[in-house]
Amino acid sequence: MTATLTAPKAAGKARKVDAVPWWLKLVTGVVALYFVLPTLFVIPMSFSRATTFQFPPKGFSLGLYENFFTNPVWLDALRNSVVVALLASLLATVIGTAAALGLHNLQGRLARFARTMLMISIVTPAIVIAVAVYISFLQWRLVGTLAGYVLAHAAIGVPFVLVAVTSALGGFDPKLLRASASLGAPPVRTFLRVTMPLISRGIVTGAVFAFVTSFDEVVIALFLRSPALQTLPVQMYNSVTVEIDPTIAASSSVVVTAVTTACLILQFVGSRRKSR
Amino acid sequence: MPVEATTTTTSTGIRLENVTKNYGLATPAVDDVSLSIEPGEFMTLLGPSGSGKTTTLNLIAGFETLTAGTIAFDGADVSSLPPHKRNLGMLFQNYALFPHMTVAQNVAYPLRERKVPKPEIARRVAEVLELVQLTGRDGHHPNQLSGGQQQRVALARAIVFDPKALLLDEPLGALDRNLRGTLQAEIRRIHREVGTTFVFVTHDQEEAMNLSDRIALFNNGRIEQVGTPEDLYQRPETLFAARFLGDSNVFALEQAPEGDKVRWEDNVWAAEPGTGSAGDDTALVVRPEDVRLAPDNGETPPGANAVGATVRDLEYLGSYRMAVLSLGRSGVTGKARLDASHSDLTLGQPVTAWWPVDRQRLVAI
Repeated sequence: MTATLTAPKAAGKARKVDAVPWWLKLVTGVVALYFVLPTLFVIPMSFSRATTFQFPPKGFSLGLYENFFTNPVWLDALRNSVVVALLASLLATVIGTAAALGLHNLQGRLARFARTMLMISIVTPAIVIAVAVYISFLQWRLVGTLAGYVLAHAAIGVPFVLVAVTSALGGFDPKLLRASASLGAPPVRTFLRVTMPLISRGIVTGAVFAFVTSFDEVVIALFLRSPALQTLPVQMYNSVTVEIDPTIAASSSVVVTAVTTACLILQFVGSRRKSR
Repeated sequence: MPVEATTTTTSTGIRLENVTKNYGLATPAVDDVSLSIEPGEFMTLLGPSGSGKTTTLNLIAGFETLTAGTIAFDGADVSSLPPHKRNLGMLFQNYALFPHMTVAQNVAYPLRERKVPKPEIARRVAEVLELVQLTGRDGHHPNQLSGGQQQRVALARAIVFDPKALLLDEPLGALDRNLRGTLQAEIRRIHREVGTTFVFVTHDQEEAMNLSDRIALFNNGRIEQVGTPEDLYQRPETLFAARFLGDSNVFALEQAPEGDKVRWEDNVWAAEPGTGSAGDDTALVVRPEDVRLAPDNGETPPGANAVGATVRDLEYLGSYRMAVLSLGRSGVTGKARLDASHSDLTLGQPVTAWWPVDRQRLVAI
């Protein structure tokens, strides 16, 4: 996760700076290694034949993957995570984009306050949010429900969308809105035909981050879980603390690969747009 | 130039009545402005920045809501109509083209909003691109065009749907001087060919004089004077108008004119009644090109008003020279435009400045 998030920054640096001094390359290498190292252990372990955690892995086998993709407990958890992450990121994207658009041209104290409130989940410790969510959701009977997961995860996804769309709006000329209105387009059509295409990169970036945030969220999910509904990170946590099941190595590898691919696609699409 | 099918046969009159816009500051941005713009007219809203001209344009466009007053198109009140229902074309200083669309898509935008059938869109886009001389640029993106070309695309986009009027918000402000001249000629030509009402906002008095049928001169949220460029230049009614359009020699009178006499310092000048303001706060203004210089205490023709002056500086301006003068005892700065016969002037030389009585104006301060 962390490694994939920092990847775009490193790439941007390399493009801009002409001559990179050797010590900077060294520092970059060490930092990159620090981020990637856990993955370098987990992926080989996922191909191990052993039934317990061992490194270096013993032999080669796809057994753990077989278990991951055939065991209904793991598959259900994966499906739940995907569904929750999709719905949560959709909700977060709509709310975050609307908030970014609304707050874009406001400067007053109230607007600053609203922005801070929307961003607050980023700086609040996850356990605090989790307990607060758990207590209120108990009363509202949302614990263990799909709606509960989606609402809680959407709330922590909103800041990512807000930041991404706000930065995309930085290069957006508000005169275009007036131009569009003068040409006969009502506000909704203006949003669909002018605003959205021009800030689409911010929206997509925010949506991917919101998706990943939800997909990888474990603390709130631990509180909200029920026997019928739990997400992949919770199942992974169980598999280690309760079952000592090495399938987690396979599931981790699947998640890392999926998330990395998503971020790489995003970057590829982004750079292609830019070069046009 | 072939006559375009986009030409409107009916154009719209715009009427502003007691229009006021107050942002909650001490003085309103637009203060009780009434203005009647005739169908097909090229009306310029001229004034310094902060004078309310752009706010007035935005009120006509519907981007701002009125604090008081009404705006009507051809007698129909549009005061509460949102901008996208007002059917007005608009040009912006920074072009405001949609960067993700091609030239053709930009120009087709208002037609698509109006659900015009596709073949007709193609035909009208081609016609209007010919009108602005951009045929063959359909597939380009705005960032592949020069500033002047971009503004032509914006112009095409703003007139392709036969708007009731075209609003132009300092559209030439971002262009260099030469290009500005070319596009001024272009805008004048298109105004003639399309026949739509144009409302043009600028702070550039030359641009205003060059383009307009009439000019509304704005100052502090109010209209100082409305008239043809010639009216405003030859017959300014206020000191602000006299100073904003061209140079003026200004003699602030200490007393109201008495009959056909005015006094300034120890000079008594003839002033025909009816040549402007006659109130307490009055100034006499003369254009530099109407001021002649004679040797000190020399003869001035009958029917001329004269004042003693000292030559303070001589400015060479290519096609003519300008003498900067200290006028009268108080040494008020003045200017006189020189012709070839005055090549013998020296700095510090005392002279007599005179002008024909009928070339002076009395204006309100």
